[in-house]
Parts: sequence; C-alpha cells; structure tokens
Amino acid sequence: MASLIRVFGDWQVAEDALMDATEKALVRWPKDGTPDDPIAWLLTTARRAGIDRIRRANTRVRTADAVGLDLTLRAEERQDAPVQQDDDTLRLVFTCCHPALSRDAQVALTLRTIGGLTAEEIARAFLVPTATMAQRLVRARRKIHGAGIPFRIPEGDERAGRMNAVLRVIYLIFNEGYASTQGDSYVRHELCDEALRLCEVLCTLVPDSESHGLWSLMQFHHARSSSRTGADGEPILLADQDRSLWDATAIAQAHTRLMTVLPLGPAGPYVLQACIAGCHCDAASFQHTDWRQISGLYLALLRLQPTPVIRMNYAVAVAFDQGWQSGLSILDGLHAELATSHTFHTARSQLLERLGRTNDAITAVQTALECVGESAEQRWLHKRLLTLTSATA
Amino acid sequence: MQYLVLIYSEDSPNPTPPTPEQMQGWFDYTQALKDAGVYVAGEALQPVVTATTIRGMGKDAVMTDGPFAETKETLGGFYMIECADADEALKWAGLCPGAQYGSIELRPVVRFS
Repeated sequence: MASLIRVFGDWQVAEDALMDATEKALVRWPKDGTPDDPIAWLLTTARRAGIDRIRRANTRVRTADAVGLDLTLRAEERQDAPVQQDDDTLRLVFTCCHPALSRDAQVALTLRTIGGLTAEEIARAFLVPTATMAQRLVRARRKIHGAGIPFRIPEGDERAGRMNAVLRVIYLIFNEGYASTQGDSYVRHELCDEALRLCEVLCTLVPDSESHGLWSLMQFHHARSSSRTGADGEPILLADQDRSLWDATAIAQAHTRLMTVLPLGPAGPYVLQACIAGCHCDAASFQHTDWRQISGLYLALLRLQPTPVIRMNYAVAVAFDQGWQSGLSILDGLHAELATSHTFHTARSQLLERLGRTNDAITAVQTALECVGESAEQRWLHKRLLTLTSATA
Repeated sequence: MQYLVLIYSEDSPNPTPPTPEQMQGWFDYTQALKDAGVYVAGEALQPVVTATTIRGMGKDAVMTDGPFAETKETLGGFYMIECADADEALKWAGLCPGAQYGSIELRPVVRFS
C-alpha cells in the first residue's frame, strides 16, 4: 500500500488500485496457480490498475484534470524505480502523523494505513459508529490531498518534532487499548499489540533511543496487563496486583532493549518513563519498590516535561519515599490544574487516609466520583467510599 | 502549490497604531518571503467596520453593513505564497508576525487549468 501511494501520490487511487489487483488475484490465482512472488505480482497489477483508473477518470472528467494527467505521468515515470519498502513505510508513517491533521485523524489513519485495520475495526476500538470512522478517514485523506501534505521523510530540525508526533500517536493507540476499561476487552488488547507492532516497525526504520524507549515502556505495561483488572473488569491497584501473573519474559525483553539504548546519550521522556515502569516491574513486592529511584526519575522527567500529571506522579513517589505529608504538600499545589481529574482526587484521598484524615479522604473520593463517568473506576470508587465511611462509623 | 496565509486577530474599534518595531517585523517577514522566492502577493485590510456583505447577484444583490459573520477574530490581511508543499507553507505561516496577536489560517488555493 505504501509503495502504491508513493507511485500515485493519491491515497484513494492507491487503495482502489490495490482492491482491483486483489480481485484479479482471486480470479487468476486459483486458475493459473499462485505466482512465485505474490507481492510483486500484486504490486505490478495494482500499478497497472491505478494508471487505468487515472486514465479513465481523465477521459470522463475533463475539467480539473491537470492533477490527474500529472499523476499519470508521474506514475509512469516512477514505475521503473525500485520499490523501497522501508522508506515508503516511513514516509507513510510521517504523513499519517502530520501535525496539520487532527489527533483523531492521525490515530485513525495510522491504524488504517500502517496497521491495516479496517474502518469498522478502528470504529469498534474507539467506540464510535463505523460511518463516523469512515468519514473521518475520508476527510483526513481529502485534507492530505487538498492541502498538499507531502509524502516524505522530514529532515533536519523538523525531524525531531515530527518523530515526537509519531511516537505520541503510537502511545495514544497503546493507551486507548490499555488505560480505558470501556468496550470490548479483546479489541482493546488488539490495540496494545498493534501499538507494539507499529513501534517495532518504527524501531527498525528509526533506531533511535526514544523509539526503543517507547517500545520498552509499552512492553513493561503490557507485561502487567493480566493483573490489572479483576474478574468483573474492576481496576486493581499496583499495590494489590498479583505479581506472579506478570509476564517475566516480556519484562526481560523490555529491560534488554532499554539497556542497549541507555548509553546512547541523555535519556528522553520515553526512556525515562520506561525506566520508571522497569523499576516497578523489578520490585518483588509493592513494599520493595525502589521509590527513591522512581522519584528521582520523575524529577528528571519533570525537567523535560513540566506537566501537572507528571508532578502528581512525582508527588506519589515522594510520599512513599519521604512520607505521606511531603507527598500531600506537592499534590495540594496542583489543585487548580487538576481539579477535574479523578486520578488526582483519588491519589489525594489515599494519602489523606494514610495520614488518618479519614473525613478529608471521604470528601476527596466524593470529588473524584464527580469527575468520573460510568465505568469500572466509578464502581471501584463507590466501593472505596463505602469502606472509608464504615471506618468512621 | 499556492497557499493563502490569512491573518486573523481580535478586531478593536479603536486600534492602536503599530509600533515601529511591529511594523519592522512585518517588513522583515515580507522581505524574507520575497528573498525565498515564495511571495506572490500580500495586503493589509481596513478594519472590519468598513466591511459590507453582499448576498445574491445582480438585481438580487442585497447588501448588509458589516462582516459575513460576527466573530471575535476578524481577517486583517493576507499573503499569497507559492510553496512546494504543505510543510514549506506551514513553515512560512508559522513565521508570520500576525501569529503573535491572533491566529493564522492557511488555505491551499485551487488551480483551474
């Protein structure tokens, strides 16, 4: 698909051409036998089909055909160029994650074009109607074509920023499958696998420390996934997870990968987050967690990304390392920024409870409940509220 | 491809005249576009109170005082630039001084031939 888009410079033509070629294959292969190199056969057939389509379109619509004619010429001229599968894929990745596209469009395009998921599958994973997702994809392709978004690998200063956009899209896909407990769990698991696979492709194309860092980070998370929810889908806190369920092989793989990139230079945000996740995975029990190292890593991360959410995580690590009050003081400074985050109020309630301030902890859980929608988290918070109120009675 | 760089900012009934430094920023930007060979055209517009909206053509034309839509930010000027692709156009749009006071909308131009 990537090489076809490069040849035709148009997504719709490339997709239709591939469809034509596949149809032909379904007719011809059972009769004539499968060709020696099926992929090459498909590519050649699709290229011819695409050129035919452009020609047909040109004779039908004479107005605005300059673009089409130009495409035909370009397609013929590029036909002889060797197919560089890897560079084509990378070009496509950068185009899908172009900052001129909305975040939703970036995610949908990446899953559709690089991941090969159908519009229906993506729609199911993101809990939107198939028609909505199909429309989103059509609009995104129209924008790429109409706005002249190039199909190329960015260079120089531009490249680092664009790489971040790509990594962010992959991590968004992963989190969509990992963080949310809504929707079909099988589909959500697939999203995590898909994000890991996409990241692996990226690591091959751009083997820098941040791509490997993101892969390790997701792999650490993924290794713990079976212990994160109970039988009814309710979340289980890190402290209460059954660590024997963690996938030791996956954790070892993530560590090995992380070790190879750590000496490459100053750690970026994904490498640091992977180190933090690695620390958690290494602890034999919650009590044995190396909170000092984790709070140090969060501090380093804060220097790169001074966001309220990272500061909140830092506060929790400080609470476990230096005492509940130290953590709570940092959290209390974040009220204005995180007022609508249920995670923030939940974290506060836990520190308040440990400090013996049960009534304040109850208020914090109630505030958290106001911030959360119908979900497994909501049920969990209700349960927690009951435990706390019965403790005061 | 040609792109229109539309410069939007909050419209004020009593606009303060730009400082010499601000004007210099615009002159420098225009010169940079010309030096790079991407400049096609560029103009500043009178404030939005001077706008008239026309609906209907010829004898059906109805004129209304004011802009097409009442919005906080109004079109204050534009550049037309000729660039290889969206990346180059976005780079130039991001350097436009107008982005400091309001926002820039980038629109590709349709070519009929």
